[in-house]
Amino acid sequence: MNTLTLWFHKFGSPPVFHRIAVRLAPWLFGFAVICGLAALYGGLVVAPADYQQSDAYRIIFIHVPCAWMSLFAYFFMAANAFIALVWRIKISEILAMASAPVGAVFTAITLITGSIWGKPMWGTWWTWDARLTSELVLLFLYLGVIGLYNAIEDRRQAARAAAFLALVGIVNVPIVHFSVNWWNTLHQGSTVRLLGPSRIDESMLWPLLLMALATHVWFFASVLVRARVSLVELEGGKEWAREIALGKGEPA
Amino acid sequence: MRYGTNASACAALVRRDLLLTWRRRGDALNPVLFAVIVVVLFPLALGPEPNQLARISAGIVFVAILLAGLLALDTLFRGDHEDGSLEQLVLSPHPLPLLLGSKIAVHWLTTGLPLIVVAPVLAEMLHLPRSVLPVLLAALALATPLLSLFGAVCVALTVGMRRSGMLLALLVLPLYVPVLIFAAGACNAAQSGLAYLAPLLWLGAALALALVLAPLACAAALRISIS
Amino acid sequence: MSITLVRLSRPGRGASPHARDIRKLMIAGESNDPMPLLEARDLSYSRNDEPVFGPLDFRLHAGEVVLIEGDNGSGKTTLLRVLSGLLAPGGGSVRLNGENLTVARLSHQVALLGHQPGLKADLTPLENLNFAIGVFGLRAGITPHLALSSVGLEGYEDVPTRQLSAGQKKRVSLARLLLVPAALWLLDEPYANLDREGIDLVNRLLDAQARRGGAALVTSHGAYAFTSGSPRRLPLRATA
Repeated sequence: MNTLTLWFHKFGSPPVFHRIAVRLAPWLFGFAVICGLAALYGGLVVAPADYQQSDAYRIIFIHVPCAWMSLFAYFFMAANAFIALVWRIKISEILAMASAPVGAVFTAITLITGSIWGKPMWGTWWTWDARLTSELVLLFLYLGVIGLYNAIEDRRQAARAAAFLALVGIVNVPIVHFSVNWWNTLHQGSTVRLLGPSRIDESMLWPLLLMALATHVWFFASVLVRARVSLVELEGGKEWAREIALGKGEPA
Repeated sequence: MRYGTNASACAALVRRDLLLTWRRRGDALNPVLFAVIVVVLFPLALGPEPNQLARISAGIVFVAILLAGLLALDTLFRGDHEDGSLEQLVLSPHPLPLLLGSKIAVHWLTTGLPLIVVAPVLAEMLHLPRSVLPVLLAALALATPLLSLFGAVCVALTVGMRRSGMLLALLVLPLYVPVLIFAAGACNAAQSGLAYLAPLLWLGAALALALVLAPLACAAALRISIS
Repeated sequence: MSITLVRLSRPGRGASPHARDIRKLMIAGESNDPMPLLEARDLSYSRNDEPVFGPLDFRLHAGEVVLIEGDNGSGKTTLLRVLSGLLAPGGGSVRLNGENLTVARLSHQVALLGHQPGLKADLTPLENLNFAIGVFGLRAGITPHLALSSVGLEGYEDVPTRQLSAGQKKRVSLARLLLVPAALWLLDEPYANLDREGIDLVNRLLDAQARRGGAALVTSHGAYAFTSGSPRRLPLRATA
């Protein structure tokens, strides 16, 4: 066994992971909330209004970090899915499945905020823009993974099947993006650029990056909590899980 | 003792699946019937104005054929899984991807090919310009095998589920999006007098890739879902 | 034909030291032939971390028939599915002729008769058997017609399989076993659905398989054990 798999086996052992998750999650949540509030203050109050879009642009402080997260969560899920399928590491199965709903929610927020932003900017709630369409397909990919995971009775088999689908999806995402781009140029549809000027003022940049940090930390915190819960469910019969259930505190 | 070669095993499988389709040839026409019904519904909903229909005819034909293919996907492994012959197939000494590839080929022959055959009729019902018909048929010839190959991977994941219809649609949709875009896009480009070769070539490249990779993925998915 | 009887019972959480002693005894008790046809070492399988069977150790030599007895839920079917290579073992190893299982499967060694007969209802028995030959190969000196007549289905060659009774379908799958060149038969409840004559038929087929130098693992929940011969009993039990 090489050091990498050894490392995985050490931190991937359910009781160790559970202990880390219990200790870490509240701190991560707290950090994410503080960062998020600071970023909101910076974005909604401190940053000046855009010279073209006035105050309507301020939704990017939610929209753009969520859009980044929708992709990041998918990559995180696919990486764990790969580890789960190749090395059959249980904790990776659980992490992959825990990140799917979180990623799906980030994708949904991206679509909703995008459409709210679109109404004042383009005069329509929805436009078949290349990025919006790709994001919608990404949401379907997430829903497929979640649906498949929930449709199979055996939890570990379900996780493996859904992990496989996530990997098929990761190949598909760039293809979809490419094809939708091509389709968009063919139809000469809306050519509105989502992010206006490529140069962004510093007073707008730091809240954006801070919010991106907050969403990343929030993502990891909620994945940890979700993974911890499904780990306890899966390992319900094991000694360490029973000790927790019986309120004997954290296992040694 | 006589051990068959890989080729003879695939031939036996192709022969059996063709024979099974022949024995149930009434059911084999269901996807075609479905595609015709979908196409008939559009003029009823949009009005019989030929120019309007002609403008969207290629898209309607593709969506109808895609939905019909989706409907037919379910039969790919269901019967074999229920009577235990899928298990025997997995146990066969021959490479599983090869056998599954043969199965997918037969499935395309019995569902995809009839849809291509009926496509000119559908196109005529929607007043597709005659000049676009060759592009439509070429796009269908490249796209329907892709739909079968991608679909097979997703069906393999849902094998053994009692009601997988809606889930299957959700799983295949993201995979079908690029195929639909390029196939219908080629026809739309031809219809507006633009270059249509590029999307067809993309479809061809995707088909070449999928012919190799999809049976492998299908076998891997099947091993996960029968365990 | 030597008949071995293995008893499976539902494993508890963690095998007791007593159970491990019995397993070691079993290995020591086996003859020390150079190459067993099938060898399982520390073989176990868990579903969702619940042990289904094992850990098990056993050897199966050419010419042997082993009857695996156990109650419902003791993991007999799962054991056969692991041995056939359909399921990856949770722990331990399976070796066929000294080779790792997945490789050995490539050399036409294993035939599995599962709960479902694996026959196409729309095809005739003859067409079903011809398909099996195409995919699995053909044993020397036998034809589909011969196989069908030796399981008592002469005259049923061209009747659609859907018109056969459950017992007759079972006989068609037994005919498939006769045709394919597998050294090891894995039979899951072969006696189910069969009349007394059919049970005798299974025993005759097992006898012939053993005399040919093949081997068989047979599961049964005990209701229809071998009617001929008195099996040597080797109880195997991992007590909770």
